[in-house]
Amino acid sequence: MLVSRRSSAALLLAIVSLTACKAKPAPTPVPVAPPVAVAPKFNKDSADAAEAKKLAAAAAAKAAADAAANAAAIAKAKATLGQIVYFDYDKDEIRDDQKATIEAKLPILEANPTMRIRVAGHTDNRGSDEYNLTLGQKRAAAVKRYLAARGIADARVETVSFGEERPAAQGENDDAWGKNRRAEFEILSGGDTMKAPK
Amino acid sequence: MTPSAPYPKRRRHSARAICAAGAGIRAAVFLAGSLLCSTQLTAQNDSTSGVRIGLTYTPGTRPGVFVAPVAGAWSDSVRAILGRDLDNGDRVTAILAQGGEPLSGALNYAAYAKLGANAVVQASVTPSGSLHVALHDVVAKNVSNVGDFPLPAQPLSAEWRLAVHGVADEVERWVTGTRGIAQSRVVFAREQGGGLWIVDSDGANARPMGVPTGLSPAWHPSGRYIAFCDMTNEGTKIALRDVVTGRTQRVSSRPGSNISPAFSPDGSTLAFSAGEDGMDIFAVNPFNGEPAHRVTISRGVQDALPSFSPDGRRIAFTSNRLGHPEVYIVDADGTNVELLTSTGFGDQLYRSNPDWSPDGRRVAFQSQINGVFQVMTINVRDHSVQALTSEGRNEDPSWAPDGRHIVFTSTRSGPKQLWVLDTETYRTRQLTRLGLARQGAWSPRLDNAK
Repeated sequence: MLVSRRSSAALLLAIVSLTACKAKPAPTPVPVAPPVAVAPKFNKDSADAAEAKKLAAAAAAKAAADAAANAAAIAKAKATLGQIVYFDYDKDEIRDDQKATIEAKLPILEANPTMRIRVAGHTDNRGSDEYNLTLGQKRAAAVKRYLAARGIADARVETVSFGEERPAAQGENDDAWGKNRRAEFEILSGGDTMKAPK
Repeated sequence: MTPSAPYPKRRRHSARAICAAGAGIRAAVFLAGSLLCSTQLTAQNDSTSGVRIGLTYTPGTRPGVFVAPVAGAWSDSVRAILGRDLDNGDRVTAILAQGGEPLSGALNYAAYAKLGANAVVQASVTPSGSLHVALHDVVAKNVSNVGDFPLPAQPLSAEWRLAVHGVADEVERWVTGTRGIAQSRVVFAREQGGGLWIVDSDGANARPMGVPTGLSPAWHPSGRYIAFCDMTNEGTKIALRDVVTGRTQRVSSRPGSNISPAFSPDGSTLAFSAGEDGMDIFAVNPFNGEPAHRVTISRGVQDALPSFSPDGRRIAFTSNRLGHPEVYIVDADGTNVELLTSTGFGDQLYRSNPDWSPDGRRVAFQSQINGVFQVMTINVRDHSVQALTSEGRNEDPSWAPDGRHIVFTSTRSGPKQLWVLDTETYRTRQLTRLGLARQGAWSPRLDNAK
């Protein structure tokens, strides 16, 4: 909306400069130019102006709608990219039911060939806390390997591990453990100029 | 309880006869020319002539040491620290009477003998601030050892306490022939981003080190540096902190993870685990800027948590190369990998976190029993296993410099805390009371630490 208002204002300014004397709100009666006489002379311009204004407003509205749609698409893409992948206990293999979560990230990474991401592996707290750092690392690496097999260059994917140090859920039960055995995704670069996939 | 074996700890000469006649724990000072009885003369004849000062001591019998009220400033603190340190050492029985006046004049040795004391520690803080200590031998009825120990200017400060711990360690050496370990500290990592903390060996002065991102701390053998795993949003790196200056430098930031550092006994090599898809043990000299070299070739599995043998030639580590975590040993050059924790664990499939004992004979580690970790040791030669814990979850073992005590993490009292266990008597004590304490690493003796 802001955009359309701004462009209308610009157009009006242009008209005003063309019809400088008329535009001046002069209360002094001296050159009360007969509007009737002038009107036909400016008629076409005025019509054109109105038309231009209409077109501009429409274009602006469309642009705004497009921008909003694009912003929504990018937000959706970011959410898809950030979607967490979960793992089985003491395993780093990508579960079948988690593959779709990774697959959904592919069009986004393909639409943004310069984008770099970080995959962080996490574990539950049942193993050795220090050795769990290696398990988290293997999980992140498994995701990277999956992406590489689908054509995403290694250089675009950084892997790290937080082991059991940054749990998503607290508690000593299957539900909490299941939520903590995971890989998380973060955009390292290219997020500002991100394009939504077609 | 036969107070039979001779000075100082191992049976070196046939003195079994000498004190066998005496009931209870009997201390005997082997001072050439000042002998207790004729049977002892035999023993003395077996040993080298000259000065051998010490009380008889054998594992299993603990000489009683009476810590007398201390004279001078801060006397109560000195006495409490000395008594507690001697008690924590598990080599003597510390005897502290409530209250009382500092000793003066001649000692009534018979009275101390009745209390079960073989020795009496008589200490006084001198006007110049040093600690003057005399050790009385109750049986020989004389003063067997005397020492003057300078103390830092600020009483009750961390450095002042460290110095008093050093006095306790020396008294323990006078009595048993083996220096104590009270003058040491334990560095540890608190959970939930609590970072690195340090605590005195007696549990006093627990304090943060100013390393909120630190995990897995490891001491340099000099006590001057602490290597650790530095975890930030960018992942894990290996870093080295100078304890004196507080300066921290980056040691390794390889792609993927960089974890679990451990120094070689000579302090020239830092081993750690790093990698992206699979992790290897690497070794680097952190002081000369040379690049790290690979020790193990994991081929996609996870080799981590290195611990050097005391001669520096071998490294114990955790690997899942057979599908689940076990403890292995490899030569420091990467050859001759062998499985250490091979048998006797049934279907329990998780053993990790090795820490090689200072005497080289045993490796402490943690093993899952019914899904819960317990601390054990395994003999490096015959692979015999000694289970040390059973109550709660117990892990992260780290040997004290005496090769006898172990600090470990336990949930036996609720939230994770550090506990200390004597592997000879199984006596345990709680070291920290902060909560969320884990990954304790016992320092070397800090005799020369600032």
